[in-house]
Amino acid sequence: MSEIQTLYQDLILDHNKNPRNFRKIENADRFLEGYNPLCGDRYTVYVKLNGDIVDDISFVGSGCAISKASASVMTSMLKGKTIHEAQELFTIFHKLVTGEHISNQEREKLGKLEVFSGVSAFPTRVKCASLPWHTLKGIIEDKNTVVSTE
Amino acid sequence: MLLGNKRLFSISEVRDDFPILSKTIRNGKRLIYLDNAATTQKPQCVIDSQRHFYESENANIHRGVHALSEIATEKYERSRELVRSFINARSRREVIFTRGATEGINLVAATFGRANVQENDEIVISHLEHHSNIVPWQLLCQEKSAKLRIIPMNENGELLLDEFTKMLTKRTKLVAVTYASNALGTVTPVKEIVQIAHAHGVPVLVDAAQAMLHFRVDVQALDIDFLVFSAHKMCGPTGVGVLYGRESILNTMPPYQSGGDMIRSVTFEKTLFNELPYKFEAGTPNIAGVIGLGVAIEYLTQFDWSTIAMYEKELLTYATEQVKAINGVRIIGTAAEKVGVLSFLIENIHPHDVGTILDEEGIAVRAGHHCAQPVMEHFGIPATTRASFAFYTTKEEIDYLVRGIHKVKEVFHV
Ligand SMILES: Cc1ncc(COP(=O)(O)O)c(C=O)c1O
Repeated sequence: MSEIQTLYQDLILDHNKNPRNFRKIENADRFLEGYNPLCGDRYTVYVKLNGDIVDDISFVGSGCAISKASASVMTSMLKGKTIHEAQELFTIFHKLVTGEHISNQEREKLGKLEVFSGVSAFPTRVKCASLPWHTLKGIIEDKNTVVSTE
Repeated sequence: MLLGNKRLFSISEVRDDFPILSKTIRNGKRLIYLDNAATTQKPQCVIDSQRHFYESENANIHRGVHALSEIATEKYERSRELVRSFINARSRREVIFTRGATEGINLVAATFGRANVQENDEIVISHLEHHSNIVPWQLLCQEKSAKLRIIPMNENGELLLDEFTKMLTKRTKLVAVTYASNALGTVTPVKEIVQIAHAHGVPVLVDAAQAMLHFRVDVQALDIDFLVFSAHKMCGPTGVGVLYGRESILNTMPPYQSGGDMIRSVTFEKTLFNELPYKFEAGTPNIAGVIGLGVAIEYLTQFDWSTIAMYEKELLTYATEQVKAINGVRIIGTAAEKVGVLSFLIENIHPHDVGTILDEEGIAVRAGHHCAQPVMEHFGIPATTRASFAFYTTKEEIDYLVRGIHKVKEVFHV
C-alpha cells in the first residue's frame, strides 16, 4: 500500500461518507465546538454522561475526510466507556498519529483507531485527526469556549 | 534570443532560469509547482544577487563614509529607480520600501488613515480582499468609530461597480481594493474604480500583490494614489515590498515607525523628519532584499510582456477547460478578466484531502480559505483547492494536475 492508501483506508473513507453518530444530542450534558483555523474544519461534539460513563456521544460539523472519520470512529468507540478510559485512549491515539512508540498493551486498546496509523506520515494532517479528540478533551476538562488546534 | 532589445520568450529557456523547477520532491517525483499566488519561484539571477551582496558588497546604507557603504547605498537606490520606472511613478520619492504588501497597507492605515478618518467616516473595500486589506481597515474603523463598506460581487466573483458608485458619500475617506484576487483570480476594473472615486474626491489604494507578476501596472495612467505589492510574488526575495504613494499625499502624512534613517536631526527636545521617501523607512532596511527586487524587475522587464500575457491567457484557458471537464469538478471564480488562478472543488471531497493527495504526486497547490474568508462565505464554502500559475508554468504541468485530480477521485472511489 502506498502512503496515500494507508492514509485513506476504506474504513476511513466509509466513516467520512457515512459518519456515525452524526447528530445533535438534544439533552446533552455538555457540548463544545472545535475549530481548526488553518483549514476551516469545524465540529461540535456532544456528550451525555451517566456518572463518569459516556452514555451517548455524537458530533455535527464539517471538514476533511480525516477529521470527519476521526470524529465518527471516536464517537463509536467511546460509547459506554468511562471518562478515564476516553482520556487514556486519546493519549494512545495521539502517540499513534504523531508516530510515537506504542506498546503492545496500548496497541490492543486501540481497536478500530488503528486505521489512523497512516496519519503519522503526514505531519500536516495530525491536527485534522486529533481535532475531535482535542474537542472531547475540552469537554472533559469542562472548557466552555471554542477549542482551537492552533 | 533577442528581438529588438527584448529577450524572446521561450518557455524552455525561461524554465532553465529557475533552478528549483527541475528539482524532484517526495521520493523522486517531479516538482509541479502550482502555488505561485502564495509565492513565486526565483530565477538564478535573483538568487545570485543575494549571495553576491553578502559576499562582496555588504554594508549599511546611507551611513558609512567608506567605499562599501557607498556601493551598497548605490545598489539600494538603484532598485528604487528600477521600481519607479517599473510602475511609472513620477519620482523616486514616491517609492517606499516595506516588508511587503501587508506592511504597506498597515502603513497607510496607521498614517493616512489615523490622520484623516474621523467618527462616522467611511472606508470602502471590496468583497474580494485578502485579509491583509480587511483587518487594518477594520481596526482603524473600530478605533475611530468609522464604518467599513464592502463593494459586493456577483456569482462569477466580479465586483458590482454600480453598487460601488452608490456607496460613495461625503464621508468616504478612502477606497482600498485589490487589483487581482488571490482566491479567485478576478482582475478588478481599477481604472474605473479610480475614476469613480476621484469624481467624489476620494483617494484609492490598490493592492497589487497578485497583479505584478501577470501584467504591468502604470500608476500614472491609472491615476492611483497608493499602490502596494510584495517582491516575493514577482520572482523577488521574501521580506521586501513596495508602497507607492502620490507625493502630494505622502507629504501630508505623519511618519509611521520612528528611529534611525527617517530623521534629519534629533535633539531631546525635537526631531526633524527626513524627506521622502526616507521619512517612511525607519531603521536598517532589508538591503539585500531590495537589491534582489531590483534584479527581479530587471529579469521580468527583459521580456516583451505582451507575448507573455498571451501565453498566460492561453494557459489559463487550457487549464480551465481541462479541469472543468472532469466529472464532479466545479470552478470557483469565473470572472471574464482573470489572472492565472484556478480555484476548484471536487464534489464530496474536502480541499484539504485534495491537497494532500496532489502533494503526494509532487503537485504543490494550496488548499484552504486563502486568507480570504469573506470570499469563501460568498460562495457558501469553507475552502477551495487553488492551482495558481506563472509565466514559467507549462501545459504539461496542467496535464499533471488533471491526472492528479483523477488520482484524488480514484483514492476516494468516486
Ligand atoms: C491579494 C493579496 N494581498 C496581500 C497579500 C499579502 O502579501 P504579503 O503576505 O506578502 O504581505 C497577499 C498575499 O497572499 C495577496 O494575495
